[in-house]
Amino acid sequence: MAFVNLKKKEIQAKVVYYGPGRGGKTTNLEYIYNKVKSRIKTEMVTIKTHGDRTLFFDFLPFNVGKIRGYDVKIQLYTVPGQVKYDATRRLVLRGVDGIVFVADSMAVRREKNILSLRNLQKNLATFRKSIFKIPIVLQYNKKDLAEQGIPLLPLQTLEKDLNSQLKAPSFEASALTGMNVVPTMKKIVSMTMASLLMELK
Amino acid sequence: MTYMLDQEQLDAIEDVLLQDLFDVGVNCIFLIDMAGNVIANLDNGEIKHDIYSLAALAAGNFAAVSTMAKIVGEDEFSLLFHKGEKESIHFSKVLTDFLLITIFGKGISLGFLRLKVAEAAEKIKKILESSCAP
Repeated sequence: MAFVNLKKKEIQAKVVYYGPGRGGKTTNLEYIYNKVKSRIKTEMVTIKTHGDRTLFFDFLPFNVGKIRGYDVKIQLYTVPGQVKYDATRRLVLRGVDGIVFVADSMAVRREKNILSLRNLQKNLATFRKSIFKIPIVLQYNKKDLAEQGIPLLPLQTLEKDLNSQLKAPSFEASALTGMNVVPTMKKIVSMTMASLLMELK
Repeated sequence: MTYMLDQEQLDAIEDVLLQDLFDVGVNCIFLIDMAGNVIANLDNGEIKHDIYSLAALAAGNFAAVSTMAKIVGEDEFSLLFHKGEKESIHFSKVLTDFLLITIFGKGISLGFLRLKVAEAAEKIKKILESSCAP
């Protein structure tokens, strides 16, 4: 639910990073925060457990500049990935305008990715939103683990499992090293803005 | 779903916040939507709270408490209020999608604040209903 403030000529929109637990959603936001923290006034907010797992959400607001004369403020959120936190996950999705689905490329996490994507579809439906209509970008994270000899899912498998119906833009990435983190974010921001501008027409 | 508010509506909302709440001595007021977007905010200039983070947390907090209410069989809890040593924070729902948040010090009693907030919420409701808000 983006908000257009005609007085300040400002648009606020919400992008949520979704995906299975320990997939790297928070790491994505931390990387972005470290890149932009010198020029933003706010701090990244995290609500995590003592074990460093996201309990409720992480939150990072920042300005992406002007689009058609409007100052665009994007609020990035993550959800808790663990299955048991479904109720809080749903709360964070309220009013979402764009989604980054962070999948875990590790071969052992194949099933978890698929279940998490289905869970996203189900939770979006509770807000009468369709996964096929909302702007969405897929990110296949943890590509850096290949160097350590950890078995990873091939790109074709990830695409077949997660993107055969969605046909969304996808990135192979490493949130830890920063590979493709910013391009993923830029892609979802531009898709979200395009969708909002369409709605406003 | 995107919604917009024009200058006239936002000015009207700010007038209500200013006259009904700010003038009785609250430190900071903001109106947000349930997605955590900030619609309007006013503060006394002395405190510099990070409004955007507060809005995200407030929307999350309110949503969590509402869900708890439903689990225990309540439609909602009518009073959502956190008391601090110097500052306290009060949340009030406006229509189904908006939240009016007031931060106030020791100088105002909770009862008086609730009365003023209820009055302001009623006026804001009318302004929002006249918009293309969700």
